Amino acid sequence: MNFVGLFNYWIVMILMMIGFYIVIAQGNLVKKLVGLTLFQTSVFIMYITMGKIEGATAPILSEGETLYSNPLPHVLILTAIVVGIATTALGLALVVRIKESYDTIEEDEINQKDQEC
Amino acid sequence: MELIINMALLSMLAMTAIAIVRIKDLFAVAMLAGIYGLISASFFVMLDAVDVAFTEASVGAGISTLLMLTTLAITGRFEKADKKSRTRFALPLVLLTGGLLIYGTLDMPSFGAADAPVQEHVAPRYLNDSEQEIGIPNVVTSVLASYRSFDTFGEVIVIFTAGIGVLALLMRSDLPPAKGSKSTASMHEHMVLRIVAKMLIPLILLFGLYVQFHGEYGPGGGFQAGVIFASAFFLYAMLYGMNAARRVIDSVVVQILAALGVLIYGTTGVISLLSGKNFLDYSVLSHDAVHAQHLGILFIELGVGLTVATVMIIIFFTFSGRNQVEGETD
Repeated sequence: MNFVGLFNYWIVMILMMIGFYIVIAQGNLVKKLVGLTLFQTSVFIMYITMGKIEGATAPILSEGETLYSNPLPHVLILTAIVVGIATTALGLALVVRIKESYDTIEEDEINQKDQEC
Repeated sequence: MELIINMALLSMLAMTAIAIVRIKDLFAVAMLAGIYGLISASFFVMLDAVDVAFTEASVGAGISTLLMLTTLAITGRFEKADKKSRTRFALPLVLLTGGLLIYGTLDMPSFGAADAPVQEHVAPRYLNDSEQEIGIPNVVTSVLASYRSFDTFGEVIVIFTAGIGVLALLMRSDLPPAKGSKSTASMHEHMVLRIVAKMLIPLILLFGLYVQFHGEYGPGGGFQAGVIFASAFFLYAMLYGMNAARRVIDSVVVQILAALGVLIYGTTGVISLLSGKNFLDYSVLSHDAVHAQHLGILFIELGVGLTVATVMIIIFFTFSGRNQVEGETD
């Protein structure tokens, strides 16, 4: 088995599963958003890993360089990061509103209050 | 050597992530998430993705940590312990999914392989032809702002929409401006921080402009420049209070500028439409094809930078404004 060649992908999967675990197992809404961020970053790492070529350099054309890494994943991920923070901010704004209406951001307490009504 | 650094950074990422799962103090979680962002930025540099690293360093290690902390100031610092019933189901599920995914990676091309399918699709065309067609050295910028400018337009609109969403959820127009919150009051004593910030802010703004306009030749561009530019305002607002920051740049002006960024981007596209070409076909902007590309990319990046910077400022101002209101009613 090619340990060195696949190590990056394994770490990606581990990070992704850690994010997944936080989202399904932990009840705090801020923590869940951190979990989603972990999940998201693992995908970023996977894309950038795929774009790398052994011995290549950054895709900025210059004299004397012939081998460049793949620029396309870089473009996709660069915009995804900024879109990611904008959507995370939207999520956090929702959390703030939930805190103001329910006075808690723990999922089970929110469910409990919903059932009492 | 590179491989060892690569593995070390990835292992550090995994350890940080495990620490995030286990820690119940959300303040520490936010700090760890910042560290996680910084490590992944270093990892991106290792893998030649300098533009991505730039963005991740300013977003992941900077702005997202700040937003997390601003939220925690409102929602409280500690989370409850995990419920046993949930972890009992979650753990096997996660292990099973992870096992399947890792089984799936066994077919993946080896790390760094030059003949992997992903390297043989459209990327060689970008690398070989962009010098003649677009005429700028940074291929990432050529792809972002010219070949795939339609995608980028969509992303800018998503960012703009998220900014509107945050405003809709958190803005309160019925309240008078607060007289300065507790957090900023305590900052008044930090003389060293305030003086250093005063020295740094012009440099940060200048660097933001450099990144904006040098993005065609080196790493950088509108997305990174916008985030860096906004961070100078964050620094000012944190140390001198929201009211001082609002005097520097009014909320209404910021909102108009955010819309203006999208408008500049869209107008560039509409100009090509009206001249009988495809949407965002820059060739109508000038007689010389390469010069037209330069102009087009300049406008696009300006629109992106303007929208990203102002949306980040809107998000931060709205969160902090909410925090002030909370502080008064408590």
